[in-house]
Amino acid sequence: MFAKIIGVFSTWAIPVLLFVIPVVAFTKKVKVYESFVDGAKEGFDVAVKIIPYLVAILVAIGMFRASGAMDIFIKLISPLTNLIGLPAEALPAALMRPLSGSGSLGIATELMVEHGPDSFIGRLVSTFYGSTETTFYVIAVYFGAVGIKKTRHAIPGGLIGDLAGLLAALFICKIVFG
Amino acid sequence: MLNYIWLGLMAIAIFVGALNGRLAEVTNAAFEYAEISVDIALGLIGIMALWLGIMKIAQEAGIVNFLAKAIKPISKRLFPEIPSDHPAIGAMVLNIAANWLGLSNAATPLGLKAMEELQKLNENKDTASNAMATFLALNTGSITLIPATIIGVRVSLGSTNPTEIIGTTIFASTFATIFAVTGTKLLQRLPMFKIGDVEEKENTDEVKEVK
Repeated sequence: MFAKIIGVFSTWAIPVLLFVIPVVAFTKKVKVYESFVDGAKEGFDVAVKIIPYLVAILVAIGMFRASGAMDIFIKLISPLTNLIGLPAEALPAALMRPLSGSGSLGIATELMVEHGPDSFIGRLVSTFYGSTETTFYVIAVYFGAVGIKKTRHAIPGGLIGDLAGLLAALFICKIVFG
Repeated sequence: MLNYIWLGLMAIAIFVGALNGRLAEVTNAAFEYAEISVDIALGLIGIMALWLGIMKIAQEAGIVNFLAKAIKPISKRLFPEIPSDHPAIGAMVLNIAANWLGLSNAATPLGLKAMEELQKLNENKDTASNAMATFLALNTGSITLIPATIIGVRVSLGSTNPTEIIGTTIFASTFATIFAVTGTKLLQRLPMFKIGDVEEKENTDEVKEVK
């Protein structure tokens, strides 16, 4: 039921926004067409500005993935994750999440093909995927767009969130599906 | 921070790749991801233009300002440095709302608009402000009411109840957001993340240039 309501909401959200904002603006005597074009002009600049930042981050992450370093890292920390009851198979999906959106989706899909989407692992990796964003991508794009090079505490802050999300996902899945 | 992470990822990749005999794959990945990055960026142009256009209309109609005023009690605590009637607040509200609804196409352009507004208030143009870091924490934690992508995958794999993970996802992402924001707020006080040091370095650089 909740899912249906939200489903309807997300279908309607964009059309409603695209209708309400210009209409409200028009009643307030905004020259809607001119304003739109004026704002849209910036789209190209912003997109081009983030290219160097994206190349830097995604190339490094791509190389890291291709080298097989992730497998070694997983072997190293799996005794620790076994302690908290995180299945070893699900670990790569959790660790890849902050680094690469497509990578973690790929891993989650593979695991669901292997174990089935309705298995505990399938539900757990689905929750992992939905519960945090690709931290490094967000940082590259958002800071890149305004030319920020010194990110200060933004990365550690984001990673604290990722870790909390991982533990919370494991905890709630154990209770609900365990 | 990014210096160490970036160098670490690349150096480990090459070191481990050499040990594993996967150097060719590592090289290919470097070229492949350089191309993917440009595809992603160029792919954003149209959607960016659309949402920045709508955003401009919303701004001129006073809608953005209205939203900013509506959440003043919250924004005052999260972003004490930002005046509560500043357009940055309105842009951030729209970005967070788009994230919650899973409208990622709209979320990124609105988020970048918010960053642009935050940058106007930032005194060190190459250094992240506290407000920016807090805003990013809200984004990386990112509460999603409908994780549409993963639900799609579950449907295609024949799940009997593809949406059953919505509840667990909301729970976990709420936790992630609370910890990301609290963590960021606490970390900003640490001496190693002070803006002051950075400023000094910049000043000495400028002095060198003058000489």
